[in-house]
Amino acid sequence: MKTRILGVAALLAVIAAALFGLYGVPADLNQGDAQRIMYPHVASAWLAYLSFGVTALAGIGWLIRRDLRFDAVAVASAEIGVLFTALAIWGGMMWARPVWGVFWQWEDPRLTTTALLLALYVGYLLLRRLSDDPARRATRAAVVGLVAAVDIPIVHFSVIWWRGLHQPPTFLSPDKILHPSAPLPFVLALVGMLGAFTLAWTWLLIRRYQLARAELAREDAVRGGLVRRASAAAARPGVAARPAAAARPGLPASDDGGTPQPKAPAEATQ
Amino acid sequence: MSDVGFVIAGYGVILGGLAAYAALLLLRLARERQHRPPGDNGA
Repeated sequence: MKTRILGVAALLAVIAAALFGLYGVPADLNQGDAQRIMYPHVASAWLAYLSFGVTALAGIGWLIRRDLRFDAVAVASAEIGVLFTALAIWGGMMWARPVWGVFWQWEDPRLTTTALLLALYVGYLLLRRLSDDPARRATRAAVVGLVAAVDIPIVHFSVIWWRGLHQPPTFLSPDKILHPSAPLPFVLALVGMLGAFTLAWTWLLIRRYQLARAELAREDAVRGGLVRRASAAAARPGVAARPAAAARPGLPASDDGGTPQPKAPAEATQ
Repeated sequence: MSDVGFVIAGYGVILGGLAAYAALLLLRLARERQHRPPGDNGA
């Protein structure tokens, strides 16, 4: 129920922020109406950083605690991060064409490292599909998630470290966003969009986490069914049973002595 | 294309993309819950 209320609040906040960005803010003196795209673009970029940061932290959580709930958070956040990275790139391109005169420039470090970030996390999601063993999949994904997270500060500081078309960072620079000379409507539009998108991100993360937990439970049930079938076959005279699964190091055996299982996820909240 | 055209394309794809992902996510969640194993009351 709380998640549903959060979803409605996020929807209303995004609609309000979009309407304010489109109609409540005057056109920029230099960039004209194209400036309006900055609000959802910057908000999407912020949430891409946040998503991949959460994926890396959840990966560390899995590596330390061996609790699949951390892996569920990691995959949920990575998938949403890919979405927001793609949206940030799209918004940037729609802003760049009227302002820079080009949609894209490979020589620009911010653009290129962001494209790399997207490719890294698409790879992360693809890698997860290579194994149906939850523990092995979680470990591989955690390592890749940590390595890929190195690109987050590179993307952020690329506009400071190297020269390119892209302007210096907008967020994590409160001296610029909240500078007294910044026109209030522009600040409100940006902060409002950041807040609205962050609400939407929170709702998406909760729902995607619930989906990851449900998928884990189904995988677990399928494996349990295979074990029971193998045990029943072994009990029949004259039938040589194949071992259902080899014991895997680092995993506790299940209560019935069947397939070794990682820690069972606790019940998710609605 | 005018500036306004790029603004519409920018907002349209970003907000539309978010809405489409949210809808798809709810569909996937509903489908997964339909296939919930017996005895499983959540997750």
